[in-house]
Amino acid sequence: MNAMAFVYLAAILFSIGSAAVLLRRNAIVAFMGVELMLNAANLALVAFSRLHGQLDGQIMAFFVMVVAAAEVVVGLAIIIAVFRARQTISLDEPAELKG
Amino acid sequence: MQSLIWLAIALPLASAAILLCLGRRADAWGHWAGVAASGGAFLVGAGALLEMLGKPAEERALDTTLYRFIPGGDLQVDVGLLADPLSITFVLLITFVGTLIHVYSVAYMEHDPDRRRFFAYLNLFVAAMLLLVLADSYLLLFVGWEGVGLASYLLIGFWNQRREYATAANKAFFVNRVGDIGLIIAMGLMFTYFGGLDFATVAESAPAATTAQLTAIGLMLLVAACGKSAQFPLQSWLGDAMAGPTPVSALIHAATMVTAGVYLIVRSAPVFNGAPDAQVVVAAVGAFTLLLGAFIGMAKDDIKKALAASTMSQIGYMMLAAGLGPIGYAFAIFHLVTHGFFKAGMFLGAGSVMHGMKDQVDMRRFGALRTAMVVTWVTFGLGWLAILGVPPFSGYFSKDKIIEAAFVGEGWQPWVFGGAALIGAGLTAFYMSRLFFMTFHGKARWTDDQHPHESPALMTVPMIILAVGSAFLGLFLAVGDRFTHWLEPVTGHAEHHEPVLPIPVIIAATLILVVLGAALAWFKYGRGDVPEEAPAASLATITARSDFFQDSVNRAVFQRPGQHLTRTLVYVDAAVVDGAVNKQARGWASLGEASRRLQNGQVRSYAATMLVGLVILAAVIVVGGL
Amino acid sequence: MVSPVLFWVVALLTVIPSLALLFARKAVHIAMSIVLVMVGLAAAYVGLGAPFLGVVQIVVYTGAVMMLFLFVLMLVGVDQRENLKETIKGQRWIAFFTAGGLAVLLIAVIGRVTIAPADEVVGDPEAIALVLFDRYVLVMEVLGMLLITAAIGALVMTHTPRLLPRKTQAELHAARVLAGADPVNKPMPGVFARHNALDVPALDPDGNPIEHSVSRVLEVRDQMSDGAEFRERLDSTANPEDHQRPHHAPSRESDQRAPRASEEDGK
Repeated sequence: MNAMAFVYLAAILFSIGSAAVLLRRNAIVAFMGVELMLNAANLALVAFSRLHGQLDGQIMAFFVMVVAAAEVVVGLAIIIAVFRARQTISLDEPAELKG
Repeated sequence: MQSLIWLAIALPLASAAILLCLGRRADAWGHWAGVAASGGAFLVGAGALLEMLGKPAEERALDTTLYRFIPGGDLQVDVGLLADPLSITFVLLITFVGTLIHVYSVAYMEHDPDRRRFFAYLNLFVAAMLLLVLADSYLLLFVGWEGVGLASYLLIGFWNQRREYATAANKAFFVNRVGDIGLIIAMGLMFTYFGGLDFATVAESAPAATTAQLTAIGLMLLVAACGKSAQFPLQSWLGDAMAGPTPVSALIHAATMVTAGVYLIVRSAPVFNGAPDAQVVVAAVGAFTLLLGAFIGMAKDDIKKALAASTMSQIGYMMLAAGLGPIGYAFAIFHLVTHGFFKAGMFLGAGSVMHGMKDQVDMRRFGALRTAMVVTWVTFGLGWLAILGVPPFSGYFSKDKIIEAAFVGEGWQPWVFGGAALIGAGLTAFYMSRLFFMTFHGKARWTDDQHPHESPALMTVPMIILAVGSAFLGLFLAVGDRFTHWLEPVTGHAEHHEPVLPIPVIIAATLILVVLGAALAWFKYGRGDVPEEAPAASLATITARSDFFQDSVNRAVFQRPGQHLTRTLVYVDAAVVDGAVNKQARGWASLGEASRRLQNGQVRSYAATMLVGLVILAAVIVVGGL
Repeated sequence: MVSPVLFWVVALLTVIPSLALLFARKAVHIAMSIVLVMVGLAAAYVGLGAPFLGVVQIVVYTGAVMMLFLFVLMLVGVDQRENLKETIKGQRWIAFFTAGGLAVLLIAVIGRVTIAPADEVVGDPEAIALVLFDRYVLVMEVLGMLLITAAIGALVMTHTPRLLPRKTQAELHAARVLAGADPVNKPMPGVFARHNALDVPALDPDGNPIEHSVSRVLEVRDQMSDGAEFRERLDSTANPEDHQRPHHAPSRESDQRAPRASEEDGK
């Protein structure tokens, strides 16, 4: 079986993650959707690394992980700050962006 | 002195500025400063005249460029003063008569709290008028032209606490604006056709221009002249302009400013010489106005308005002469000068009468004043004889020449113009005699509180000087055609033409008509009873009393439609122009309102938008096979 | 070549738990499902010749990131249930079509790709380190800075400065009085010590039982006694002495007298 199969898998996981971002009102769950999308990308990168026989894809995936870790730290901090201020983490609540 | 002619303008201008800026601090001596400025201008003019007389005729004109006025691309206009025989004639007339009237005003306006302001305006007028006649280009002439219009407006409305006087000032101003538009258009045409606005350029280029171009310019200049000189159909303001103090009427609305139109026509001789049609129109306007003014003068009971009508009529003579071409230019100016003297003298006489009669202007309440005001009677009488054209007084030499010139030509023109001039002479004799007899002869019809008395010497002396001028100036200038030769460098040499009638016949006919008119007036107003109230009169008299319904006509033909047009335009502006702008603004606002809804504040909607964009992008890449 | 068994195991281990993102109600369940997904992905990495990444995936994602998620979930309330009913009109359809469309498009693109076969490489730590600290050393350093920045940023964001000084006990007490609360402690149960007094309500100065002086647990278990029999005895013995005593604050009298009466009764 070709490693290309994992790229298809990555596409499906990415779509599920994006749908979760659109559908879920809980900020943490939406955030997990984002994480899933990142991981799908990582999977694709690793698969490409395998297909091309080069390590750069894996390095890229590694970098993505590092950046994702930083992102998670900051994102969760933001969620906590919002929760402290509003007692909710629903994405529909802060409709102050309404024009 | 000729090169220092700018001093003549600068002196009164500086005096006006000083008097206006200093305000009440100058009340004590302001009038004398005004007299001195005007007198100084006269001395400058006289010096220039003496210098010019010492030169051969062809070298008398001197054009001095002071500085560049408008340095703009193709249009280069310099401030330059042209001192030639024509302009010096005007300078002397303006400053001489003006100075006398200044002196007269010192006494006439003695009890007016605003006498200093009055002299400031008078000086401003003198400066502007001198600029008008000394300018060497139409643009600079226009500056003076507007300056005299402003001074005229200020002086007509001098007693602007009276509402009708202020209205009269506005009327004069507005009607003059109509004429100014003519001058502006004429300047535009000149610039287009000739590429310049100074007299020299126009004179050089005019012979090369087509007749149609010259006719257009000429007619526009005529409109300007009609506005300033109260010629038909822009004459309606002059009667109301008598609201100003009498010295103003004498200086501005009789002797000088109203003759600026004639000056303009004569100055534009190169244009008119190439446009016979425009000349005929000028002559026709002059002939018509001279009859119109005469008819109005016959019906007016207000002494100043009767004189104003007479002014209109006399300027009609000048316009007629100016329209006749080279043979008439010199006579137009000649009559202008003599008229400046005798009409100013008569206006000052009327002012003197009013001074002694507690500002009464209704001639039906005068009568038998010759005993009470001997000096006024004599000086006014000399002016009367002059305007009638009785030999050997001034008017005879100037007006008779115009009548003779009007009979020169071919076809219908000499008969129509000559006839009008001839009849006008008779009418003039009638209405001036009526005025004279109603005022100074017959029975006293004074109201009880009037005690006529002679005016002080400050007023009578200028009147005497002007009366002497009225009597003998014409003779002095006419001997050996002195004046005509003096003006020849400007107006051009006129070939001698024989009138269609023999000259003695014309002279005789004129004199007979004059005597008839005067006699009729004597029998009707000198010997007969004059009712104190204006009697019910025929339709013709009513028509003449109301200035031939000029105001009503103007209102019906220009004002009402103009108002309707304005209202329509305002409506169109509000509905269409503003409407379009507002609708567009409202459209953008509603677009913003609609797009505001996109900002619903839902983070997930924004994420959906991003993802939709991403899908579309991917679809384009896939379908496009990129 | 990759083992099909590995692929299918990984596929099932990732896709099915990840669907919890869309359908599960409790956030904790979702987090645990994602942990599963992460583990599955780690297995895939190992199978694809990236053992180092597989280990890092387990350590970073399941060990750190997802645990962090769980911590935050605990902080903001673990029992939060989400109502899955959609509040934005049409959002569900938009999500369905865009996500589905994206999947279809991506698969369509991937289906077209052909890649020339290449030698297999194994991303063991040594090989990774050789590349990472050679060609990508600068990126590595920058990422280090990014991590530090993120850490400090998180600290700053979650830190709440104390706006007011800490209150002393005296101040707290004064605030309680101002608020109209009981100035002293709530009454204790068990006025009458002869019984297991925890189930007997205390009495107020008028002799009425104070219900809330008894523990709520006993009330729920229906083990509370109303103490009527003790009050009867109290009344019969206490009344004669009342008249002999000067008038004092009623509450203090009853407080002082009640234990004494009960002692007498007990004897």
